[in-house]
Amino acid sequence: MSKLSYPLLDVSNLTMDFGGLRALNGVDLSVKSGEIVALIGPNRAGKTTFFNCITGIYTPTHGDIYISARGDKRRRINGMKPNLVTRHGMARTFQNIRLFPTMTVLENVIVGRHCRTHSGILGAVMRNSRTRREEQESVDRSYELLEKVGLQMFADELAKNLPYGAQRRLEIARSMATDPFILLLDEPAAGMNPQETAELGELVLRIREQEKIAVLLIEHDMKVVMRLSDRIYVVEYGQGIAAGTPEEVSKNPAVIKAYLGEEHDA
Amino acid sequence: MFGIKKSLLVSIWFMFLTFPLMVIRVDTIEKTVQWRWMNMVYVGVGAFLFSYVWRFLLERKAAGSAVDAPAATVKERFTQRILTDPKMYRPVIAIVLVGAVIFPLIMDTYQVNIMVTALIYVVLGLGLNIVVGLAGLLDLGYVAFYAVGAYAYALLNYHFGLGFWTVLPIGAGLGALFGIMLGFPVLRLRGDYLAIVTLGFGEIIRLVLENWNEFSFGPSGISNIPRPGFFGMAFDMHSATQYLYYLMVAMVLFTIFVVNRLQHSRIGRAWMALREDEIACQAMGIDRTKTKLTAFALGATWAGAVGVIFAAKTTFINPASFTFMESAIILSIVVLGGMGSIVGVMLAAFILVLLPEYLRAFSEYRMLIFGASMVLMMVFRPQGLISNIRKKDAYKRSSDA
Ligand SMILES: Nc1ncnc2c1ncn2[C@@H]1O[C@H](COP(=O)(O)OP(=O)(O)OP(=O)(O)O)[C@@H](O)[C@H]1O
Ligand SMILES: [Mg+2]
Repeated sequence: MSKLSYPLLDVSNLTMDFGGLRALNGVDLSVKSGEIVALIGPNRAGKTTFFNCITGIYTPTHGDIYISARGDKRRRINGMKPNLVTRHGMARTFQNIRLFPTMTVLENVIVGRHCRTHSGILGAVMRNSRTRREEQESVDRSYELLEKVGLQMFADELAKNLPYGAQRRLEIARSMATDPFILLLDEPAAGMNPQETAELGELVLRIREQEKIAVLLIEHDMKVVMRLSDRIYVVEYGQGIAAGTPEEVSKNPAVIKAYLGEEHDA
Repeated sequence: MFGIKKSLLVSIWFMFLTFPLMVIRVDTIEKTVQWRWMNMVYVGVGAFLFSYVWRFLLERKAAGSAVDAPAATVKERFTQRILTDPKMYRPVIAIVLVGAVIFPLIMDTYQVNIMVTALIYVVLGLGLNIVVGLAGLLDLGYVAFYAVGAYAYALLNYHFGLGFWTVLPIGAGLGALFGIMLGFPVLRLRGDYLAIVTLGFGEIIRLVLENWNEFSFGPSGISNIPRPGFFGMAFDMHSATQYLYYLMVAMVLFTIFVVNRLQHSRIGRAWMALREDEIACQAMGIDRTKTKLTAFALGATWAGAVGVIFAAKTTFINPASFTFMESAIILSIVVLGGMGSIVGVMLAAFILVLLPEYLRAFSEYRMLIFGASMVLMMVFRPQGLISNIRKKDAYKRSSDA
């Protein structure tokens, strides 16, 4: 990749105010092609707010958010509607799982295909060959994704009946169905047991290697963060306090004080 | 026992509450007071029994969901099989269809007429089911679109002499248009707020029809609306009703066909996703605005079309046919039927329309029975008569096929 190309995601000076509360204060972050980047910080640091700002759920007070699918031209997405952000190739999962509980596992994933398919009302009623072909492609692709996250045997179960860890993986499969170039994972290992967490780590690595999707993840489990990430950003009270490789960050005194220190206290 | 004690308390409380009403009677002519102690006994015994049975059922329900879960799933499986296994449901459909065809030939005009009304409500229920059951948008003003269709036919016929078959698609189109008109201002609203605004919308339409005399002829309504013709042939009363009946059967079949296809399509899944989680739905790249508007429009289309048929059936319409009560009944059909279930909605439409017709003797207690049965449903079977059954084999991989 040439030096001139844009990062996939480039956020600068992101600030978000909720009334008097400044949840984010001038945060910079970028994710380049093929990277796994972690965003860490103590509770209520503003990590989820950061995700919500860059995916269009909130419109940030200040700052610039650019995305670039191939590095040749970039697009400013401040205040863009969430569905358009997804359509432009940035997909996410949620910290407090947000599946479609009474739809089946497979249907959940097929819904993710919505923005990559086109058939309308007429197509649905006539069920012409084009619609059928598109529908079949969605189903096949969704099964494929379910296999990737290891949920194919639950395809016809209702999403709400899945165990917790499986629900998290289903959310990942669903967001991958939107064909993103970058995937944002909000605490994907939360509530998982050690074995599930290890499998999740493998999954994230596979997403990068096989699907060529870059990953930005928020995670509290430091083992996961250290093993997966190429680079780490640390935020505290809405402020970026450090950034760098896992070694750099784990040696950074500010981080040890703010983050690791807090963990030792706890 | 604890339950008996509670029920006793309830019965004493009721005897006390109803004492002035049920026991004391002042005879104004004789200027005496009658003490009807027997009534108190009736109230007491009645309240005790009612409370006890209620408690018993509630307890059984609680126990049932805890202990007898497997039994419940077996029952669910059975309904599931009837509704999803072609071997089971094909004969049922055949019998129903044959029955539907011969019904008007063996029944008198009165019966056929009632059945036409029931079928109208089936279509209304299926239409509202798109909005409420599939897309999860609580719409309390649905009757407005029904009124739009009915008045479209009445007025277009009165002023321009347009025939039934011309206005039928126009009514449907106007329904869709009004659906979008309602949809726009309520895009940001959800739940209770949405319900209140849609309720207001329904009332606005009715009040306009009631008060804008020059346009809609006010409360006196419009009469002499022609029945649908059949290539210029005129019918006598009975065959006209038969004709309308077959028309409605065709309409119901068409509605089922379309709604079923919509439900199992890209758009139908978007509606369901919207119902389940609006934020996640948007995060999946679904345009919330477009999805809501299509739901409102496609739901209202059926009310518009069926409104035209209603006007043609009664040959007389006025705003009194389109009160909030109608919206409430249609919504009850959707809720009673089980949100999103086509078979359930049809069943509920028949129950809610036919029962009151045949129980004319109890017409005074109609609303009471109606309310009581709603409460009972919500307590004991909140998922509706037939909960929405997911077709498990609806999606096959191409390699399996
Ligand atoms: N919609 C909102 N309105 C007002 N305040 C908000 C809103 N969303 C987040 N906040 C506040 O912003 C701050 C950051 O919250 P955020 O959820 O981003 O933290 P987090 O880093 O994700 O924490 P955790 O690790 O617990 O998930 C908190 O103080 C929170 O109360
Ligand atoms: Mg968070």
